[in-house]
Amino acid sequence: MALEHSPSLRESATFDRGVIAEIQRAAETGVYDIRGWGAKRAVPHFDDLLFLGASMSRYPLEGYRERCDTDVVLGTRNARYPLHLQTPVTIAGMSFGALSGQAKEALGRGASEVGTSTTTGDGGMTPEERGQSKTLVYQYLPSRYGMNPTDLRKADAIEVVLGQGAKPGGGGMLLGQKISDRVAGMRTLPAGIDQRSACRHPDWTGPDDLAIKILELREITDWEKPVYVKVGATRTYYDVKLAVAAGADVVVVDGMQGGTAATQDVFIEHVGIPTLAAIPQATAALQELGLHRHGVQLIVSGGIRSGADVAKAMALGADAVAIGTAALIALGDNSPEYAAEYEALGTAAGCYDDFQDGRDPAGITTQDPELASRLDPIRAGKQLANYLRVLTMEAQTIARACGKSHVRHLEPEDLVALTVEAAAMARVPLAGTDWIPGAGHGAERSWTQGRGHHA
Amino acid sequence: MAALGTETITVDLASGSVRALNAELHDPSAKLYEVRNPAGAHAVAAGIDRGITVDVRGHVGYYAAGMNDGGIVTIHGNAGTGVAENMMSGTVRVTGDVSQSAGATAHGGLLVIGGSASMRCGISMKGVDIVVGGSVGPMSAFMAQAGRMVVCGDAGDGLGDSIYEARLYVRGTVGALGADCVEKEVRDEHRSELAELLAAAGLEHDVAQFRRYGSARRLYHFHSEQAGAY
Repeated sequence: MALEHSPSLRESATFDRGVIAEIQRAAETGVYDIRGWGAKRAVPHFDDLLFLGASMSRYPLEGYRERCDTDVVLGTRNARYPLHLQTPVTIAGMSFGALSGQAKEALGRGASEVGTSTTTGDGGMTPEERGQSKTLVYQYLPSRYGMNPTDLRKADAIEVVLGQGAKPGGGGMLLGQKISDRVAGMRTLPAGIDQRSACRHPDWTGPDDLAIKILELREITDWEKPVYVKVGATRTYYDVKLAVAAGADVVVVDGMQGGTAATQDVFIEHVGIPTLAAIPQATAALQELGLHRHGVQLIVSGGIRSGADVAKAMALGADAVAIGTAALIALGDNSPEYAAEYEALGTAAGCYDDFQDGRDPAGITTQDPELASRLDPIRAGKQLANYLRVLTMEAQTIARACGKSHVRHLEPEDLVALTVEAAAMARVPLAGTDWIPGAGHGAERSWTQGRGHHA
Repeated sequence: MAALGTETITVDLASGSVRALNAELHDPSAKLYEVRNPAGAHAVAAGIDRGITVDVRGHVGYYAAGMNDGGIVTIHGNAGTGVAENMMSGTVRVTGDVSQSAGATAHGGLLVIGGSASMRCGISMKGVDIVVGGSVGPMSAFMAQAGRMVVCGDAGDGLGDSIYEARLYVRGTVGALGADCVEKEVRDEHRSELAELLAAAGLEHDVAQFRRYGSARRLYHFHSEQAGAY
C-alpha cells in the first residue's frame, strides 16, 4: 500500500486506519460490530511479569528428578465430593450452540485425558460432552437454557455464572444463523431466530438472594457438588467477598481478555479490567477472610496461553486457571490449514473472530453440519491433551526453578514486574527495585496486607 | 425400587431440618408426605424427582418445590420468591399469595396460585402452565419462551416483555404491554385450552371474559432501527 512507502503522508494517532474503517462500517451498516474472542487491545498482562529464579538465597529443585506436584482439590468448603484434578489448568465454560457438538466432545476428551475438568455453557449439557468428560462443571446461567435437575445431578460441580470477562454486566446473543433445530430444541426457542440470553438471573438479585439460591442448588443435589461462582473482573475485591458470603466453594474470576462467542466489540474492549489487575484483588479478599488456600479456591481465566501464564496466575494467588480461547486454538481454531477459506471470509488465519457467524472453516464455532464434521473430536482432543501437558510441564519447570515442590507454592515473592503499570496492578515490585506503586496508600491499602516490607 | 408405603409420613420442621426433609423426599419411603411448621423456610421440597405427594401446612420461603420433576406439592399458605422455579413436570399448588418470579424458567408441569403473584411471574417460562386465581405484578412473563399463563385477575405493567412463543390469557385489566407483546385473537382452540387449564386449576370462570396476548415476533431478529423498541 502506498501509505507505507510515503513518509510525507501522516496518519492520525487518534483517527488511525482502523478507527476510520470502523466509522465507515458503522455509517454504512447502522449496526455495531459483534464478534467473538476477547479483548484484542494491548493491556498489562502476564508478559509484564518475570520470575526470580532460585540462586544463593533460594534452592531450586532438580528438573528431572525432584517432584513438583500439580494436582488441585476444588470445592472443599461444603461439598461432599470435591473435585481432585491432576493439573490446575481447566477448560472454561463454552456452550453447545456457540461451539459444535464435535468441539464440545473434543474438549471433554482432551481434558479427561490429562485429568482436568471441562465446563458446559449457555445452552445446557449434551450427552456427547457428559460422556467424554470425566469431570464436568455445569453452568447455571441467567437464561437457564436447557437447565434441568437430571443434568444438574449428573454434573460434578455447579458454576453459578454472574458474568464473564469479555462482557461483565452483559447478557448473550446467539445469532439466528447458529440456531439449528437441535440448538433451538435444547433452548426451547424457534430455530433461526436471534436468541438473547439475559444478563441477570430471573429469580434472585444480589448476594443475600444468591445465598438462598446456592442453598437451593445444594439441597436439590444433596450437598454433594462444589458450587462455583463466576464473575467477570470489575470490582473484583468486593465481588469475591460477596461470592464467599453467599456460600461459594470456588470463585472464578474472568479477566477482560477472556473470550466470548458473540458480543459487541465496544463491550469487549471497554468494559472490565485485565486479568492481571483482578487476581491480587481476589487473593486479598480471600486472605482477609482467612480462606485463601484454605477453604475457598480461586480459579482465574482470561488470556492464559502458556505455562508461564499459569505459573504467574498461581503465584499471584490462583489455585487453578481456566482456558477457553487457547483451548479452541489447540483444537484447530485459526489454523493455517484453512488459510484460503479464512481469506474468502475477509479475514486471515490468526485474526478470525467472527464466531457469531457460524461459518468457521475449522468446524469449531459453527452449527453447520458440513463444517462441524471437519473437526475430528479424537484428533482434536489429542491436540488439546498435548497442549494441556505442555502448559503443566512449563508451569512445573518454573516452579522447580523457584524451589517449589508444588506449583501452588509459587507466591508473589517470586515475581517482579517489567513495567510500572504491571507492578501497580499485580502488586509486585518493579524489577530491580522494592517499589510497588500505590502500595500503602488510600482505601486499597488492605489489598497489600502481607507485603508490609514493601508498604 | 421398593414399593412406597401408603401411610402419610409427617415431618415437623419445628423439630426437623429442611435438609433431612429433602433427603427423605429425594429417596422416599412413602407416597404421601405432610410437612408442618415450615415457618418460611427456604428450599422446602426442592428437587423432588418422582410422583410423590407433599402437603405443606404453612408459609414457605424462597424456591419451594424448586426444580420439581413429577411431585404433587401443595402449599397451604403463602410462598416466597421463585416457587416451583425451573419445574420440569408435576403440579405445584399454592393456596395463598406468592412473591416474585413464581414459576421462573419452568419447563413443564402445572403451577396453580390461588391468590395473587408479585412481579415477574412466569419470567423466562419454558413450557410450564401457570394459572393464577388473583392478579400478577409488573414484568410478568418477561422473555417467556413457551407454555401458557392464565391470570384470572389483573396484570401489571410490562406484561410479556420480549416474549417469545408463550401464550398469555388475562381476565381483568392489563397495564402497559411489554415490548413486542400484543393482544391476539381468541379462537376456538384458545378457548378450549383455556377451559382445560381453568379446570385443571379447579377454577370456574367464563372463558369469554379472557383476552389473549402473545408475541408480535417483531424482535426475533435484531435490527438497529428497533433499538428504541426494547
